[in-house]
Amino acid sequence: MMTRRATTEPRWVRLLLTAIALGFLFLFLVLPLIAVFWEAFAQGARAYWDALQDGEAQSAMLLTLTIAALVLPFNIAFGVAAAWAIAKFDFRGKSLLTTLIDLPFAVSPVVAGLIFIILFGAQGYFGQWLAAQDVKVIFALPGMILATLFVTFPFVARELIPLMQSQGRDEEEAAVSLGASGWQMFWRVTLPNIKWGLMYGVILANARAMGEFGAVSVVSGHIRGETNTLPLHVEILYNEYNQIGAFAAATVLALLGLVTLVAKTVVEWRMRRETEMLTADLPPERTDLPPSVATERP
Amino acid sequence: MFPVAAKPDGVLPGFRLGLGYTLTYLTLLVLIPLGGMILMTGKLSWADFWSIATGERALASYRVTFGASLAAATVNALFGLVVAWVLVRYPFPAKRFVDALVDLPFALPTAVAGITLATLYAENGWIGERLATFGIKIAFTPLGIVVALIFVTLPFVVRTLQPVIEDIEAEVEEAAASLGATRWQTFVRVLLPAIFPAWLTGFTLAFSRAIGEFGSVIFIAGNMPLISEITPLLIISKLEQYDIVGATALAVVMLVISFVMLLVINLLQWWAANRHAKGRDVEPVEARAPGALAEARP
Repeated sequence: MMTRRATTEPRWVRLLLTAIALGFLFLFLVLPLIAVFWEAFAQGARAYWDALQDGEAQSAMLLTLTIAALVLPFNIAFGVAAAWAIAKFDFRGKSLLTTLIDLPFAVSPVVAGLIFIILFGAQGYFGQWLAAQDVKVIFALPGMILATLFVTFPFVARELIPLMQSQGRDEEEAAVSLGASGWQMFWRVTLPNIKWGLMYGVILANARAMGEFGAVSVVSGHIRGETNTLPLHVEILYNEYNQIGAFAAATVLALLGLVTLVAKTVVEWRMRRETEMLTADLPPERTDLPPSVATERP
Repeated sequence: MFPVAAKPDGVLPGFRLGLGYTLTYLTLLVLIPLGGMILMTGKLSWADFWSIATGERALASYRVTFGASLAAATVNALFGLVVAWVLVRYPFPAKRFVDALVDLPFALPTAVAGITLATLYAENGWIGERLATFGIKIAFTPLGIVVALIFVTLPFVVRTLQPVIEDIEAEVEEAAASLGATRWQTFVRVLLPAIFPAWLTGFTLAFSRAIGEFGSVIFIAGNMPLISEITPLLIISKLEQYDIVGATALAVVMLVISFVMLLVINLLQWWAANRHAKGRDVEPVEARAPGALAEARP
C-alpha cells in the first residue's frame, strides 16, 4: 500500500482528473459528433435520404472521390522516394530537406490555395499563356488537385521517414548482397516492412484530401455540379440555410472521419504488434552480431 | 544551409532516383509556388507593402487570429495535460475508444466541425442556449473562434505528451518519494521538468495550426471586419475583390510567421530529443535539471 501511494495520486484526485478529462472530451468531441447526425435527421430519415439523393450532392461526392484517387498515388510515390533517400542514406542538407517536407503543414490552407492562383490565375504568372492555350487550371479540376497535393504533401513521407530510419539498412543490404535487383529488394524486403506505416500515412492523407476546405475553396470557384467538392457543398447549403442538406452531406464526411479513426487505430495496433513480435525475436539474434553492428541501433 | 551533396553510401541502390524525385517534386509543388508568391510582392514598393500589411483591418485581423489562437492553445495545453495524464496513468472503462477519439479533429473535415460548432453554440443550440441564460454569447463572436480552434487543435498537446509520460520510469518517482517528496512536489519538481519540452512543443504545434485555420472558423466567427475577421478570411476577401497583390502581401506576412513557428517547433523538438535521448550522459543538461531531486535519476 505504501509503495503504491508513493507513485500515484490520492483516489479523489484521480477521480477528479478523470472527470475533467472525460468532461472536456465529451464537450468538445462527442457532443459535436452527436450533433452532426442529430441535425441531419432532424426532419426524419426520409428528408435525410432525399438530401443525399440530390444531384449536386452526388456530383460533389464524385468530385471528392476523384480528387482523392488522383492525389494519393502521387503522395505514395513521393513519400516512399523521400523516405528511402532520407532514411537509408547520409547526405548534407538532410535536416533542411526534412524541414522543407514539413513546410506545407505550417502554411495556412488559404495561402496554399493562393499560391496556385498566383501561378495559374488570370492575373498570375502563367494566366495569359494558359488562357491562350485554352487550358483552365484555376476554377477547374487541375487547380483543385494541385491545392490538395500541396496540403497532403508531407503525410506519407512523415510516417515513413522515422519508421525506415528505425529499421536500418541491414535487411536491404543483405538482399542486395545476395544478388537481388533494386526492384526485387524493394518489393520483397522494403515494402513488406513498411506496409503498415505506408497505410497509416495514406489513411491520414486520404482524410485530409477528402476533407480539405480552405485551399480547395480558394481555387475552386464554387461552380455547382462542376467544381464543388463535398466540403464546399456543405458550405453552400449551410449558407443557404438548408440545414438538413448541409448536415446530411456533413454526415457523409463525418462517417469518412470515423472510418479513418477506426482504420488508423487498427493499423496502429498492427504496427505495435509487429514491433513487439520483432523485439521478442531480437535478443537471441542480436547476441550473434558483432558489437559494432549491434550498437548502430539507438 | 548546406548544398545537397551525395556521398556514396554502402551497396543500396536508388539514392539518386529517390533524392532526385524528392527534390523535383518538392521544387515543383512547394518551392516554386511559394517562391512565386514572394516574388509577386516585388510588384509592390516597400512602403505599399507595409501599408497593406499594417492596414487597420489587417492589424485587427492579426489581433483576432493571434489572440484566439493563443487562447485556444492555452486551453488545450491545460486540458491536454490532464487528458494525456489520465489516458496514460488511470484505468477507466472504454479507454481505448476514448484514446482513439482524441484524433477526431484530425479526421473530421473542418467544414463539418465549423457548421456543427456554429449550430451547437448558436443562441438556440444545445450549448449556446444554456450559456445564453448567463448572458454569454459564443457563436458569431471572437469567443466562437476560440471554440473552433480548441476543437481543431485538441489532439496536438495530448499526442505530444502521451509518449513522454509513458516513458517516465517509475524509479524516478519512487526515488523522489523515498527521499521524502510529497506527490505534488514530485509532480512539480520531477515530472513537470521531464515533460516540459514536449508540453511546449504541443502548445506550439497547436498554436501554429490555429493561426492558419480557416474552414472551421468562418462558420462560427460571424466574420465582422475589425472584430471577428481572421487573417486568412481577409486574404480571401481581398482575392474576391481582385486585389491579388494585396492578398499576396498578407499571405507573405502569414508565411513568414509560419516559417518562424516551424523554426521554433524544430528547435523545441531538438531540445526535447536532446534532453530525453542524451540527457542522461551529457553533464550540462543534467546539471540544469532543477532541484536536488534530479540527482535521483539513474
